[in-house]
Amino acid sequence: MPTQLVSDASPDTFPDNPVGRVIATEYGPSDKVFRGVITGGAMMSLVILALIAGFLLFRGLEIFRDFGFGFITSVRWDAGDGIDKATASFGIGAMLVGSVVTAVIALLIATPFAMGTALFLEFYCPSWLRIFLTSVLDLVAAIPSVIYGVWGYAIFMQYGTSWGRAINEHLGWFPLFHVPSPNFGRSPFIAGMVLALMIVPITTSVARAVYSQAPRDQIDAVYALGGSRWSGIRHIVLPFGRSGLIGGAMLGLGRALGETVAVYLVLNLVFRINFQILASVGGNVASLIANRFGEAGEYELKALMAAGLVLFLVTLLVNFAATAIVGRTRGTES
Amino acid sequence: MTTTFVPDKLVKPARPWRRTHRSILAMLGFIAIAGLSSTGIVAVTGLAGPLGWYVGFVFSLAVFGFLGSFFRDRVVAVDLFATVLICTAFMTVLIPWVSIFYSVIKRGAPAFYKGYLTTDMLVTSSGEALNLGGLSHAIVGTLLMLAIAALICIPLGIIAAIYIVEIKGRFAGAVRFLTQAMSGVPSIVAGLFIYSTLVILVFHSFSGIAGACALAILMLPTVTRTAEEVLKLVPDHLRAASYALGASQAQTTFRVVLPSVRSGLITASVLGLARVAGETAPLLLTSGYFIKLTTNVGNGAIGSLPTYIFSTLGAGTQESVTRAWGGACVLLALILILFIGARSLGGRNKGR
Repeated sequence: MPTQLVSDASPDTFPDNPVGRVIATEYGPSDKVFRGVITGGAMMSLVILALIAGFLLFRGLEIFRDFGFGFITSVRWDAGDGIDKATASFGIGAMLVGSVVTAVIALLIATPFAMGTALFLEFYCPSWLRIFLTSVLDLVAAIPSVIYGVWGYAIFMQYGTSWGRAINEHLGWFPLFHVPSPNFGRSPFIAGMVLALMIVPITTSVARAVYSQAPRDQIDAVYALGGSRWSGIRHIVLPFGRSGLIGGAMLGLGRALGETVAVYLVLNLVFRINFQILASVGGNVASLIANRFGEAGEYELKALMAAGLVLFLVTLLVNFAATAIVGRTRGTES
Repeated sequence: MTTTFVPDKLVKPARPWRRTHRSILAMLGFIAIAGLSSTGIVAVTGLAGPLGWYVGFVFSLAVFGFLGSFFRDRVVAVDLFATVLICTAFMTVLIPWVSIFYSVIKRGAPAFYKGYLTTDMLVTSSGEALNLGGLSHAIVGTLLMLAIAALICIPLGIIAAIYIVEIKGRFAGAVRFLTQAMSGVPSIVAGLFIYSTLVILVFHSFSGIAGACALAILMLPTVTRTAEEVLKLVPDHLRAASYALGASQAQTTFRVVLPSVRSGLITASVLGLARVAGETAPLLLTSGYFIKLTTNVGNGAIGSLPTYIFSTLGAGTQESVTRAWGGACVLLALILILFIGARSLGGRNKGR
């Protein structure tokens, strides 16, 4: 014991006030600067998000004041003569409904496929193939939306149109599949299919990341009890990865809600609330902005900013929820 | 004398689930029967073409899988059925992507001629014959904007990652959460934001820098996220050794941690670039589209590959649509190059 040593030694071998080693729990001045700078830089994402919301609100405030809640619910989008504000009327009701309709179609189609793909990659394919396919998945996640749009417009449209016609022929009695006129091109159904293709990679990669953390010993226990591969997946992996799949699907939903160019190219933009998914009538807030931006006057531009703010808040909300849900499974890891 | 028993050969324990010739034959037979029946379905019903055949194939696989269950145990039958579903889900997902790559190459190829990559569209309208004009302006514009976006975004992304991993500050969780949420910001909203700030207030016109800023916003989450993953791989004893030698945290971070993952950080940056290289919507609102080769990023519209595709497709004639496919081909090639570059750089470090 140190105290014992001190008391035993003769007084003159030690100075009266021995200076012990300083244990640096305090950061030095250079580290304080370093930590300050890094912390400041890290707040950038918060600053950017706040600035986006702030500026769009600032620009769109006049619209919210003029139209109030009607901006969300009204379906009329009319720039008037562009000079007199009284002739203009802006509402994004139809576009909001259109966004939700296309995104939900995309989600319903994409999620089962994403789940199947994730399970295939994680449990069925040989490991040499898995490494390759994972890179392919990352690559297709980086295919730009404009290429999906061009492909959807030039290649997929004919298939989508004929599928729409076939569904309408056989299931036309169902209100969703009813159409007012036999025109099946550029419908929310086709846009939803293209969006589904775009969100499959992100949902798959989130689901796969969660599935790969499923407790291996429990899966082995299932095998040891005579279960098949599917029993292991059904009873261990899927319950374990449920929130990961939901979160991944919601991340995909967020992306589908905010997609611009692909939807712009394959969807017929009409200002009407439409739930007949096979009809050539639809819309999407993001593609509304891209569509009207070029020829918008000052007042309409403000309306577009307001629409952008609404879109921003909706997608942010979906993403917050998705991140929180995914984080719940990941929480075990970090 | 003691004798030890030496077996002639080591007997491996039997694995009942191992692949035998018989099980592989049975599987191939199963697939062949489904294929044959699908050919029958195509001949009889309204389904047509390769896609129709594929639908029939999946359908027959499912039906035969179900029929097979009568001869088997329930667990095995359900397992077979699930295997069929999962594998076909994967194959079905592959079809459109193969179609995208195939059609981009096939339809884009006619747009290429000797000068396609080296001329701009200043004197050529997009409806003119395909041996005139090109997309040099778009390539240069895209590369310039990507470079500026990288300059803005990469330091910020790495700083955020350092904050989360090295400093582990009070807001580390919040920063990570916000970054993740930011990845969902619709690209057009980023464009609107830059338009309402930089374009209206600062530049008073479309500009390459504004476009690059919009791209930087969209890139930040990818870079931060990937850099964070990379920094987490640095073993703690490296940091401990550095501290033990009396280094400060700043020195440890800049001299020990960051150099040890340099290639990983480059991968993170390049992946971020690949992710935003094809963003169209924000560029329509911030950098516009210009048909002349220009390197002026500070003032006036500038060409870029995505907007080139978008505008030539919009022109609607057969030549211009071919040009759009050609642009898509170049864009996809650019992303592929970035991607493979990122992979090969990242792979070098992973050996560990």
